[in-house]
Amino acid sequence: MNEFLEFIDNNLQITYILILAIFVGVEVIKSIPAVLHTPLMSGANALSGVVIVGAILVMLHADPTDYVALSLGFIAVVLGVLNVVGGFAVTDRMLQMFKRKK
Amino acid sequence: MGILLNIIYLIATVTFVVGLKMLGHPETAKKGNLIAAAGMGLAIIGTVLVHDLEVSPLIYMLIAAAILVGSIIGWLIAIKVEMTKMPELVSLFNGFGGASAALIGLVEYGKNVNDATQATTIVSGIIIGAITFSGSLIAWGKLNGTLKSVVRIPYYNSINNIVVIGIVIFAAFMVATGVDSQLLLYGLLATGLVYGILFVLPIGGADMPVVISLLNSLTGIAAAITGILYNNMVMLVGGILVGSAGIILTVAMCKAMNRTLGSVIFGAFGATAAAAGENKTMGSIKNTNPSDAAIMMNYANNVVIVPGYGLAVAQAQHVIHELEEILSKKGVGVKYAIHPVAGRMPGHMNVLLAESNVEYNMLVEMDDINPQFANTDIVLVVGANDVVNPAAHNNPASPIFGMPILDVENAKHIIVNKRSMNAGYAGIENELFYNSKTSMLFGDAKAALTELVAELKNM
Repeated sequence: MNEFLEFIDNNLQITYILILAIFVGVEVIKSIPAVLHTPLMSGANALSGVVIVGAILVMLHADPTDYVALSLGFIAVVLGVLNVVGGFAVTDRMLQMFKRKK
Repeated sequence: MGILLNIIYLIATVTFVVGLKMLGHPETAKKGNLIAAAGMGLAIIGTVLVHDLEVSPLIYMLIAAAILVGSIIGWLIAIKVEMTKMPELVSLFNGFGGASAALIGLVEYGKNVNDATQATTIVSGIIIGAITFSGSLIAWGKLNGTLKSVVRIPYYNSINNIVVIGIVIFAAFMVATGVDSQLLLYGLLATGLVYGILFVLPIGGADMPVVISLLNSLTGIAAAITGILYNNMVMLVGGILVGSAGIILTVAMCKAMNRTLGSVIFGAFGATAAAAGENKTMGSIKNTNPSDAAIMMNYANNVVIVPGYGLAVAQAQHVIHELEEILSKKGVGVKYAIHPVAGRMPGHMNVLLAESNVEYNMLVEMDDINPQFANTDIVLVVGANDVVNPAAHNNPASPIFGMPILDVENAKHIIVNKRSMNAGYAGIENELFYNSKTSMLFGDAKAALTELVAELKNM
């Protein structure tokens, strides 16, 4: 318990951001029509690909001779980009179909 | 350099919030998606280029290659995939995100074993990433039919509990001792993967959208954890946004199906469906053929079409649009009744019908259409089953009891197009088919509807 409180005290800023971001997420999604649930899920899924930033950091910090780190980082970047690009592209394709037709 | 990168991350974070907000309104959704995508691009380019690190050209080349490969594959999948396959695809992409988070943890563990806080973050990132990855792959396999819908494992609960306790002890041991063992690290990864499989395997196909949404939320949390590790705000906020939005979306879906999250996760659906499968035949059914159905519709004042996933599987969404147009031309009032979970995901049917150019305002949501069924001459149910099953109202023993449904049995006539008498996704009988007002039009949706349209054209 003590360690937990210490962690919060040492990372006060992050803790604040974390809690506020939870509320922002809830508020932003509240009362969305069912029509948009599928594109929304797909769009949110693309956003979770933000983990790619971490994968790039792994590679940037890796020693050029550390092949394990480089290969794992490489796969992580490929998978992260797949998540991001595929996710946004497919969401766009879906929403394209909703466009008002005259 | 640090200032510039921080500003870039700040801008990206704002685009995520604004983009997500805009995704929630039909008029702004497309723009919102693009804004968030632009922010993500900015964050990625900034991370690669804006820093003071000395990085060898080899690593830059590897990063560029990885981004290029991932972009091309992701783009190709996204533009090629059929809209009916959307739930599988979201699930697959989501699994990739989770895997990425787990891999990052694997690399970072060795460098941070001595710092208990960092080690805790990394270990949780690996566990959550691994669960999301294997869970999403199982969900993907279930949705595309590779895996049998409901799998029952003997002693499931005991095995499940042992694995969960195992993960906790494993993780606690690693953090507490700060042991730098690759063997233990990969062991932890494996345990997480096993749990992801155990978690999704017993859940029924009808509940899969809820699971995907939940797993999506978990990937967000994994990204946020990685953000804490690197003290990186764009990852932290982006991940938490997805995490909390995903939970809200999951709860909204559960509500649409009148299920609690707990009953989804602990697989009540699978358990009761077996008992309900013992139902005897519930009377006799009445067959019809396309020409009789065409005559009935031709002289009707109004027709309500209830499309289900079977329609999409048969790729009949274009034919149904043709049917609707020809009926409208003949002066028959036509509407589509859309159940919130029609298709395989909430809102999926709207996407599918929009793809075949059905006017947005012809789609009527459940709460608005239900009072109108009493004044409807003909309801045409195409490839839908559970969402029109009256057992949801009148059979407390049914696993779908209490689920809001389309009250099609109030209409004057009901025509049901189905391939066979097989049970629906929830695996239960439907007494609607035995109703004296119901006629069954057996056959592939596309073939049957094409004949129906041809008959109507000749009248």
